[in-house]
Amino acid sequence: MSENKQGYYVPTPSIWPIVGSLALLSLAIGATLLFNDLKGGLPMLGIGFAILVYMLFGWFGTVIRESESGRYNRQVDTSFRWSMSWFIFSEVMFFSAFFGALFYARVISVPMLATQKLLWPNFVASWPSSGPYLTNAFRPMQAWGIPAINTLILLTSGATLTWAHWGLVKNNRVQLKLGLLVTVLLGLSFVTLQAHEYLHAAFSLSTGVYGCTFFMLTGFHGLHVMLGTTMLIVMLVRSLKGHFTPEHHFAFEAAAWYWHFVDVVWLLLFIFVYWL
Amino acid sequence: MLDKLVARTGGGVALMLASLSARADLQYNLQPPATNVASQIYNLHLMVLWVCLGIFVVVFGAMFYSILRHRKSLGHKAANFHENTLVEITWTVIPFIILMAMAYPASKTVLDMKNTSDADMTIKVTGYQWKWGYHYLGQGVNFFSNLSTPRSEIENLQTKDKHYLLEVDHPMVVPTGEKIKLLITSNDVIHGWYLPAFGIQQDAIPGFVKSVWFKVDEPGTYRGQCAQLCGKDHGFMPIVVKAVSPQDFTKWIQAQKAAVVTYNPNKTYTEAELVQHGAQVYAANCAACHQANGKGIPGAFPALDGDPIVNGPKAVHIETVLNGKGGRMPAWKDQLNDFDIASVITYERNSWGNHTGEAIQPAEVKALRK
Amino acid sequence: MDATAHTHDLGHEHPPKGIMRWLTTTNHKDIGTLYLWFSLIMFLSAGSMALMIRAELFEPGLQFFQPDFFNQLTTLHGLLMIFGAIMPAFVGFANWLVPMMIGAPDMAFARMNNWSFWLLPPAALLLLGSFFVPGGAAAAGWTLYPPLSIQMGMGMDMTIFAIHLMGISSIMGSINIITTILNLRAPGMSLMKMPMFVWTWLITAYLLIAVMPVLAGAVTMLLTDRHFGTHFFNPAGGGDPLMYEHIFWFFGHPEVYIMILPAFGIVSQIIPTFARKPLFGYASMVYATASIAILSFTVWAHHMFTVGMPAAGQLFFMYATMLIAVPTGVKVFNWVATMWRGSMTFETPMLFAIAFVCLFTIGGFSGLVLALVPVDIQLHNTYYVVAHFHYVLFSGAAMSIMAGVYFWLPKWTGHMYDERLGKLHFWTTTIAFNITFFPMHFLGLAGMPRRIPDYALQFTTFNQVASVGAFLLGMSQLIFLVVVLKCIRGGKKAPSKPWEGADSLEWTLPSPAPYHSFQTPPVVK
Ligand code: HEA
Ligand code: HEA
Ligand code: HEC
Ligand code: CUA
Ligand SMILES: [Cu+2]
Repeated sequence: MSENKQGYYVPTPSIWPIVGSLALLSLAIGATLLFNDLKGGLPMLGIGFAILVYMLFGWFGTVIRESESGRYNRQVDTSFRWSMSWFIFSEVMFFSAFFGALFYARVISVPMLATQKLLWPNFVASWPSSGPYLTNAFRPMQAWGIPAINTLILLTSGATLTWAHWGLVKNNRVQLKLGLLVTVLLGLSFVTLQAHEYLHAAFSLSTGVYGCTFFMLTGFHGLHVMLGTTMLIVMLVRSLKGHFTPEHHFAFEAAAWYWHFVDVVWLLLFIFVYWL
Repeated sequence: MLDKLVARTGGGVALMLASLSARADLQYNLQPPATNVASQIYNLHLMVLWVCLGIFVVVFGAMFYSILRHRKSLGHKAANFHENTLVEITWTVIPFIILMAMAYPASKTVLDMKNTSDADMTIKVTGYQWKWGYHYLGQGVNFFSNLSTPRSEIENLQTKDKHYLLEVDHPMVVPTGEKIKLLITSNDVIHGWYLPAFGIQQDAIPGFVKSVWFKVDEPGTYRGQCAQLCGKDHGFMPIVVKAVSPQDFTKWIQAQKAAVVTYNPNKTYTEAELVQHGAQVYAANCAACHQANGKGIPGAFPALDGDPIVNGPKAVHIETVLNGKGGRMPAWKDQLNDFDIASVITYERNSWGNHTGEAIQPAEVKALRK
Repeated sequence: MDATAHTHDLGHEHPPKGIMRWLTTTNHKDIGTLYLWFSLIMFLSAGSMALMIRAELFEPGLQFFQPDFFNQLTTLHGLLMIFGAIMPAFVGFANWLVPMMIGAPDMAFARMNNWSFWLLPPAALLLLGSFFVPGGAAAAGWTLYPPLSIQMGMGMDMTIFAIHLMGISSIMGSINIITTILNLRAPGMSLMKMPMFVWTWLITAYLLIAVMPVLAGAVTMLLTDRHFGTHFFNPAGGGDPLMYEHIFWFFGHPEVYIMILPAFGIVSQIIPTFARKPLFGYASMVYATASIAILSFTVWAHHMFTVGMPAAGQLFFMYATMLIAVPTGVKVFNWVATMWRGSMTFETPMLFAIAFVCLFTIGGFSGLVLALVPVDIQLHNTYYVVAHFHYVLFSGAAMSIMAGVYFWLPKWTGHMYDERLGKLHFWTTTIAFNITFFPMHFLGLAGMPRRIPDYALQFTTFNQVASVGAFLLGMSQLIFLVVVLKCIRGGKKAPSKPWEGADSLEWTLPSPAPYHSFQTPPVVK
């Protein structure tokens, strides 16, 4: 793999971005139709999703081929690092919006509603709460069952992933593959357990602020776990194919950063959504 | 010291502007204040305006001097300085000091505005799409206040009244010289109770009650409007407050109590009686969305003319009106009494192309209230 | 796809022809051009909506439109101007100029750059298309406050998805710009040697990445409140409509600086050029920009002074907001000091830049008036606010864009624009702008609420003046269109450095700039 020394790498024109835009447009139209009970929503969503998957395969395939043919020099590698860091920062801000909603509800809106005796004479502030109007009682999620196990699972997976990385750096390919495999399996069991938890929940998305903050926060986190697991599966397949060198493996590191980020979000969820 | 200066310059400027605004609708400044808070705001605004004008003249005086003199066409050669720490610190510190001088009186007024304690009287104000409801707490008087400008003026078929869009059927009446506390809330979306002459603007937020206060000394009629975008008729929900002497106020309250319309809950009304009253209820409450001709607005508000619910079982129709539908059709159970609801339903079921021939009685509505 | 790339990475001098060139391009200049055209089209369509608004408001009474449609016009005018016209225009400038100014061949991620742009037309399609669906476009104001936005029809969902798309586009665009600036600078181009425009974009991109995801979160909650029974903004379930306002303005206030910092950058390039004198106080300009960005996260509730928050909250947000006047003032003073004892000439870009400094300051002062809680309670949601933000947005953001277009057109097209028409455009725009928006201060002071299709009689005269001004302003923009088209098609050949006083790197390249900016990095001393 000779490094490209000739300066900066600018890729040739590519169809993937416009394909991606088409995918997202179809998804948006499909969702609009579906949510408003109009015909054609589901098929449109399906088409959009198919195009999106096609685009992701095509685009990332191209990037991987370029990387493996040695066209990315040190500078490109640094660019990737910056971009991944800023991408994760944007994800942090996305989650902050929902954490903000949770804190706002707990610290401001629910206690404040309890002081509005003119409108809600019988409402008493407490958390979890489904607000002054929805009166049916519900049982909130307990921290020390499945969620605690899931915490352990994610923490362990962080460790196994780091172990896999050490393997890669030492050029111990078996350790790399094994570590990745275990991490992927842990990720999958996390998702399974969470699905189980959702299916047996005694409340729903529409159980007031508690229900919606709970499901939106854990739900978006769950989606991120699935995305992270998918990335790790790709990394596993690539390592099986012999990709990555001890010096040159940013894709692996990016997936690992992402995984750790998802990990940290979970810890916050565990503390603020389940436990306290 | 500062206050006096402000008041004096303020007065001078007001005079100057007053002479400028010989034409009735050329008003350059805030409305004449009618409360103490409003005049504090008036002076504060003038003070800041003058300070900003001063800074503007200094800064852009320098700039335009430079533009006039330091131009190439006059042969001016460019200097080459590009830094001066002392100057830079100065023009960071001076604005900071000016800002502190502005913040001080502003903070005082804020605290004044927030002081709602020791009120003589409390009125609950509720925003509805698109009218205001006033509830004199502890006095048993409550009523709705609708725009009273006729449609024909809005559609330019008739010359417009002097108080076009700023007139209502039932103004809020308050006594002068008393501290009045308003509890402001909303029934549907966010509205804004805005009365410029009192220096009050408070958003009406569904589910929460917010309080403001005022004390007005001059008897008179004060006008404002809903200030927060609240849908289609946001521009058509004015606020009118009539301040009268305490004696007149007592008379007014008495008259209100006496005028509460009664109906006989057990009487069986004829269709004609119900339709006649129902037409009024419909025009005041329903026509805003479903339109006077019952055709609604396609895509936004369903037509009631030929509508399956209106021509279907009575109970469903009554429950729809009582409890609302789909989050967009309001629930009317707290706003209208059984007679109003029975009438409006009878009206809907026997108007336009609907001919069910049914007369709904108040008792039937009562039975379906939860 | 990439068969040719194996031979020489930088050598694809023959991009695909026709439409495919634009659909698939990875070239920062092509993409910049796309952004700029997109922005101009959006400016004209949103401007046409503004003209419809002004036509309806010419007289009291309902003339042309039903109130519901009027609200749709207001909402879409605001959304399209902000997300369709101003922001993409600045990204277009960044694409064209950042690589040239720092001595790079292109943007760091050329393919992603293409995607950032091509997400915008679908978003515009959703927004404009929403006028034609049942229930019409969103009519809740560009701020989309619930519960009103919960009541809207499917046009609201299309708006939400459009915001998602534009958000993704902005985030990717910003990541690209930050990475390019941090990693692709030519040898010797230290951070403190970068042109001011590059600095302002670096900071703007950081703001974008920090707040666009928050907006995405806010509108996602709207979506689930609308369709999935969540109660984020519904007090019956323990939520609060004000929660939306807080989240929205946490995005919204930094957003307004996103629309002004690049404008500061453009003006900071232009004024030294035509004063033939280096920018005064470069370092303090950088620090001022950064302070504005940081402070912008602490002032959001000045849009919510009338919601009834506790006095302590009002006071905090008032003080924080007022503080922003200090670094902004530093910038204004620095520009004036740059002109001081220069050797000035007044070509069109300079005229626009001077008008910018002057008129933006008027807008800043009215902002300061609004920052005072008691005064804001009088003026919130009145035309005074409309006047304030058009002074900072039109004579601020939009006029800086015009200044920049005139300044760099020679570099982009290789031709000089028609100076006479440019000056005509400048004078008509500046005069018509003030006729349109200055009277709105008086309307607001007198108590005319915004977002109303009809008004009381005492507001008539000033509304008529404003409407006349608006149509003049609209017509002046057609001159702009003519100048740009003329300049693209021909005109005097532009030298590589058409402005005597210009000194950043882009002026060392020939005009029009070559397809790949710096194949070998220049060395900066
Ligand atoms: C480019 C966009 C932009 C910019 C730069 C600004 C800049 C500022 N804005 Fe503005 N603002 C908007 C866009 C912008 N705004 C928009 C779009 C809205 C309405 C949103 C909606 O509701 O739809 C709004 C609304 C808005 C409000 C809410 C009004 C209301 O709804 O009731 C407030 C209140 O504080 C405010 C304040 C300010 C302040 C203090 C500044 C400051 O940054 C200004 C600082 C500048 C100066 C002060 C001038 C230069 C300084 C000097 C020469 C130094 C010396 C000066 C002194 C010592 C006084 N703005
Ligand atoms: C950068 C942003 C920007 C810009 C440039 C403008 C430009 C203009 N705006 Fe804008 N405006 C906003 C941002 C902006 N606005 C925002 C955010 C709101 C708040 C929305 C809300 O309340 O939610 C608002 C609200 C707003 C209102 C208040 C509406 C209401 O409250 O109901 C009004 C009223 O006069 C108005 C007028 C104008 C006018 C006359 C222009 C003029 O400058 C426009 C000039 C005209 C043109 C540029 C048109 C040129 C085109 C032609 C002549 C036709 C030819 C056509 C083709 C060739 C296709 N605007
Ligand atoms: C704020 C606007 C508004 C007002 C005022 C209003 N409605 Fe409605 N109404 C609606 C909307 C929107 C619907 C459709 C709700 C849905 O289908 O989700 C509706 C539906 C209805 C329906 C059921 C029709 C159907 O087919 O779904 C009836 C009956 C009705 N309204 C009667 C009334 C009466 C009687 C009044 C006055 C007392 C009234 N409405 C006032 C907005 C309004
Ligand atoms: Cu009620 Cu606007
Ligand atoms: Cu702001």
